[in-house]
Parts: sequence; structure tokens; C-alpha cells
Amino acid sequence: MSISEASSFRGRRGDDRPLVIAGARIVDPSRDLDAVGTVVVVDGRIAAAGPDALNQGVPDGAEVVDGAGRLVLPGLVDARVFVSEPGHEYRETFASASRAAAAGGVTTMITMPDTDPVIDDPALVDFVMRRARDTAVVRVHPMAALTRGCLGQEMVEIGLLQDAGAVAFTDGRRSVASAATMRRALTYARDFGALIAHHVEDSTLAGSGVVNEGEFATRLGLPGIPREAETIMLERDMRLVALTRGRYHAAQVSTADSVEILRAAKGRGLDVTAAVSIAHLTLNELDIGTYRSFLKLSPPLRAEDDRRAVIEGLADGTIDFVVSSHDPQDVETKRHPFAESADGAVGLETLLAAALRLVHNGEIGWSTLVAALSTRPAARLGLEGGTLKPGAPADLIVVDPQVSWVLDRAALLSRSKNTPFEDARFEGRVLRTLVAGRTVHAYR
Amino acid sequence: MISPETSARAPFAHKHLLGIEDLAPDEIVALIDRAEAQIEVSRQVEKKRTVLRGRTQINLFFEASTRTQSSFEIAGKRLGADVMNMSVASSSVKKGETLIDTATTLNAMHPDILVVRHHAAGAVHLLARKVSCSVVNAGDGAHEHPTQALLDALTIRRHKGTIRGLTVAICGDVAHSRVARSNIIALNALGARVRVIGPSTLMPRGIERLGVDVFTDMRRGLADCDIVMMLRLQRERMAGAFVPSVREYFHFWGLDQEKLGHAKPDALVMHPGPMNRGVEIDPEVADGPQSLIAEQVEMGVAVRMAVLETLAEHLPNA
Repeated sequence: MSISEASSFRGRRGDDRPLVIAGARIVDPSRDLDAVGTVVVVDGRIAAAGPDALNQGVPDGAEVVDGAGRLVLPGLVDARVFVSEPGHEYRETFASASRAAAAGGVTTMITMPDTDPVIDDPALVDFVMRRARDTAVVRVHPMAALTRGCLGQEMVEIGLLQDAGAVAFTDGRRSVASAATMRRALTYARDFGALIAHHVEDSTLAGSGVVNEGEFATRLGLPGIPREAETIMLERDMRLVALTRGRYHAAQVSTADSVEILRAAKGRGLDVTAAVSIAHLTLNELDIGTYRSFLKLSPPLRAEDDRRAVIEGLADGTIDFVVSSHDPQDVETKRHPFAESADGAVGLETLLAAALRLVHNGEIGWSTLVAALSTRPAARLGLEGGTLKPGAPADLIVVDPQVSWVLDRAALLSRSKNTPFEDARFEGRVLRTLVAGRTVHAYR
Repeated sequence: MISPETSARAPFAHKHLLGIEDLAPDEIVALIDRAEAQIEVSRQVEKKRTVLRGRTQINLFFEASTRTQSSFEIAGKRLGADVMNMSVASSSVKKGETLIDTATTLNAMHPDILVVRHHAAGAVHLLARKVSCSVVNAGDGAHEHPTQALLDALTIRRHKGTIRGLTVAICGDVAHSRVARSNIIALNALGARVRVIGPSTLMPRGIERLGVDVFTDMRRGLADCDIVMMLRLQRERMAGAFVPSVREYFHFWGLDQEKLGHAKPDALVMHPGPMNRGVEIDPEVADGPQSLIAEQVEMGVAVRMAVLETLAEHLPNA
């Protein structure tokens, strides 16, 4: 079903020597493991990872790396990536996005279907998977459209698309306005065990808004988007999930009330997950400053209280995963007056570094972070990554948690440079990224 | 007017045949028994009988139908009735009031039996309250189609000997099907185990309370079935509203030889018609050795003769 053979990856290092990373701190939430130990990679798979990994000795001919002071984590699984291929290759391709991903520690990208053309036909899923196999250095699994053309009207061939390799169904940046359409889609998808991911926004309530509604918007003289644009849609969806018993994922949430809604829904036993973007975890509306259009996002950056509530939701498991919402936009779409600029920011390369701010601040622990960035999205989407257990594919990253650096926008590997973290200072970065045992990124 | 083969039976306590739900199990069996005796009539050169001589039967079809209407027409004529067909274009009919006006008008012509099909559930019941003759429901909305269930039961019994203990799967658009509802009631009354199979978008809420096991996976649902009844999928349901496309529907729920292989080796295939070949059923199966589809049409005439004869016996002036 997927591109899982090691030979599919264009690793920078083509050798298949065993690899031993010794003395590193290993964080693997899939096994409740957080301990200093050794990771052994043989034939593209994890042979052992943990304090006792060297019981079998060092494999013959292995490359041995000193992991002291470093962390080894399962590769990140980013569940919301807009690639722009097909249709807008000048913004980003599978090749360029995957190099940015590898640099950021992302070993699996889940791509969004609202491209040109929209990925709403099994032949197009097949196209995405072939292009990714031929050009990307990390794994790519597409989400297919939920409705034809992402127009919110007719549902797609969920069964045939799933058979073709679609891991979930979403209209990407768009919401399904019709409750009847969403109900039928949830009902139909359930027959296939298919997951529906939804951008929760009532577009009539969001209207022409471009920032969070409130004092800040008023001061800037910009039309606001009320939090209710998100919470009303999310509440509606929770009712429909209860009615249909479907599988549901809120693609991004941004408000304190959304966390409450999700907490209640989970308490009722609904099959619901939710994600938050790295921008909404680490930035608030005030960071927009003087109309910085690279911070124009959908949903908009919210107030500090919302950000804190979302972090709490992440810490207590109400919010399940963190996504980059990587959305390449070029000068043509971003160098406009704020209200006329496109939404979206790139985020693959800064995903882990930005998330580490929360760890360094003591807001969440390593295990929670890795679960949200790798273990949980892999499990929810039915992928075999997100773990370092023996036998799993050797998708892993080596991280130096202390190294300080400043983001140079021009040095981003993404074809589009619309980062909200221009000149931002980070602590910690990905030193090495392996996909199926092959090194696809090495720092310096 | 009492023919020898029916003389021993209990009186039929109904003026109308509006739905299977009004019938007791022994009444269903009695109608099927009587239909069994009518089969030979249609197979002879001399098909004409006289039990309905002098009677007037009006077929009032508010919804287009070829096979049901002609089947009722032939049944009435073979029993000697004067049969008149009234096809009312549904666009010219404006619901309740006009329906009652139509009933009043027809009633003034003193028909003995009115055979009615209407696109709205309950319309036939409404009409039955307004006329003095007997009314036969030839299909009302997604509610009931009692003669279809009777002819299906007759067809099954002729091949399997009995209906009791059989496992029958009704597959496809259950939500919009009057055939499914009538068959669920009839087959349960006759002792079959009934399953419904189809996408959840085509399963009405609460269907499991009607005495069926619900399956969404065709292969699992067909396992160990004796009878596979396919339902027609209306064109307007196919384009993304209830199912995404014809090709996806056929792939997962269309009956082909491979899926049929999950049922019992001697399983039989039925379809109320008209078929959408390549949508709900593969032509190979529809025309194959396990298909009873052509025979269902023959049994349709026999069942309708039995129904008309039974109702005529209980007309007040009989």
C-alpha cells in the first residue's frame, strides 16, 4: 500500500551499514521509554533501542556514533502538510518539502488534497504516491479530499481512495458547511473505518475576518474572526460524531473553548482526536506586530489565554497531536497588505525546534512532545512509524537539545520562505534524520 | 363464486390489501397457497377465468411502472374483470386534496377494485378511506409493496420447499425501498432470518428494530445465505449524496460472482426489477443459473390473481 521499502528513499548516504548510536537519551512513548541507552539499526529497521540494546554486541561493520548529550527520538509524523504539487510547484514540490521535512526531523509527511487538481480520484492518489516515491526523501502519505473538488457537496469514493492509499479524508483548508453532507460522509466513512479530518471553521461567521476578533484587531483596524467561528463548527461536528459514531479528527484547534469541547466529547467516549499547529502553540496575536503577513494564519493566531489553554490541552492529552500546517506561499501571495495576503506559514523545518521552547519552559515534558509529534499521529493514521520498538522501520532523529541558533530565512530548504519565525532564536536542533535506516539529513 | 381449491380456508378479514403488516402469518400463507394454484392458469392455452366477470378494476398509477402495472392488468383480465389503466403524471397531482378529489371522482364510477401506486408513503391508505371499493397497494413511497413480498415468498417457497429457517439477505438501498420493508415483514412472519446489507448511508435509522441483522460488508453479510435479494439503486442516489459513484457502489456492494460465492453454494438470487446491470448486479449473475429474476415476474401474475380473487370474494355484493 505504501512506499515503505528502504530502496525507495534517496538517502544522502547510500550505504546499508548497521548503525549504533550509543549513550543517547532515548524517548519512545510507544513503549513508555525515556532512558539513556543504545539504538541499533540493521537493514533499515530498529534491531534494538534501550538500555540493554547492546546485549547482542555491536553488529559487524557497524558505524558507531557517540550519542552522549543527544536524544534519539522516533521520526516526526506531521499530519498537516500542504505541498503545492501538483499545481503550484514554484511554491513547493514533494522534493523540496521533503528536504525541509528531513531537516526539521519529519520522517513522514501527511499531505493535504486541496492542490490543483484536487486529490479526489484514486488515480490522483496514485500520482501523489508515485511522485513522492520518485522525488521525496521522507515518507509521504496523502489525505484525499472528503468532497469532490473540496467543494463540500458530493462525497468522494472513500472506499476506492482508501484502497489506493489515502490515509484519511479532508477538504484541507476548507470546511464542509452542510451538516447533512458531513453527516453522510461520517456515516459512509465509518463503513470503511476511514478517518475524517476537518478544518473547523464556520465560514459565514469568519466572514472577511483576518485576525482574532478583539482588542488587538480593533487597534489594527482589521476585521476579526470570532472564536465562535471555530467552536460552533466543532460543537456541530461533535453532535454529528455522536449521531454517526464516525471517526473524526479536528485538523487544527486554536481556542480555549475548543479544548473544553474536545474534553467533553472524549469524556463521552467519542472517537475524536484533534491537533494544534506549532504556530498556535508558540505564538499569539500580538506577534503579528505591525501587520506581518507571514503570521496571517487560518485559524488566526489567538490571544495568550487561548495559547495557554491549548498547551494545557496538549499536556493533559485532550489535544492529541502537533502539526506544522506547513503552507508554502510565495511573494505574490504574501507581500500584500495584511488583509489581502494569503493565509499560511511554512513550518516543517522549524517544527521540532519551535516545539522545544515548550519543553525548555517546562510547559510539557519530552515524552508528551514526542507522543504528540510522532507516536499518536502515526497510530491514529494507521502508520507503522512513530516508534523505536524492535522491528519497526528505522525512522528516527538525533537531536542536540542545547545548541542555540538563529533562523535565517534565506537558508530554509523550502522553496517558499514565509516563516513566522524569521530571525527567531531557537535552542536545540535536529542533527541527523534517518528514514528506513538511511540518513536523509545531517547537520553541518 | 367459491372455487374448490379455496373452499377450506378461513375467511380473509380484510377489505383492502394495503400492506403486509396488516396480515397474519396464516393469511400470508393462504395467499401464497392460492397463488400457487393460479400458476397453471397462466401456463395453459386457455388462460381466461370468470371469477371477476362483471367486475371493474382500475389501475391508478401516480408513478410510472411497466411491470407492476401490466402484471396487475393481466391478472385482472385473466380472471375476467374489465380493467382500466389510469396513469396520472405525478406533476399534475398536487398531493392530498387532489388525491381525494381523484378518489371521489373514481368512486362515482363504481369500480370494484382499485390498484394504486403513489410516490408518497401513506397515500394509498388515505385513498382507501375515501372510496367504497377494495384497494390494493401497488407501492406507496418507501413504505410497502405487499404483492412484491408475496411473489418473492412464493418464488422462494417453490425452490426451497419452505421459508422457515432460511437466511435471506436484502441488499442495497434499504432506506428508499418499499420492497425491503414488505419483505422484511413477510419473511420474518414466515420464519426466515433476515439480513440487510448495504452502506450505512442507505440504511434507515432503527432498521435493526424491524427484526433484521445489519451488515455493511457484503461478503460478511452474504456468508451462509440461502437467498440474496438485490434492490434497485435509483439514479439520483448515486452521485455523491448517498454513495459516491456507481463504480464504487458496484465495487463494494454490487453482486458479482465472486461476492455471491460467499453465500451458500445453492443460494438463489432475486431482484424486483427493473435491474441496473453493472450498478447493483453483474449481468453474469443476473442471467446466471442461480438467478430467479425471470421467474419472479411469472409469480407476480399468479400472486396478483390470488389477491384480486380473494378481495373480490369479500366485496359486499359478492
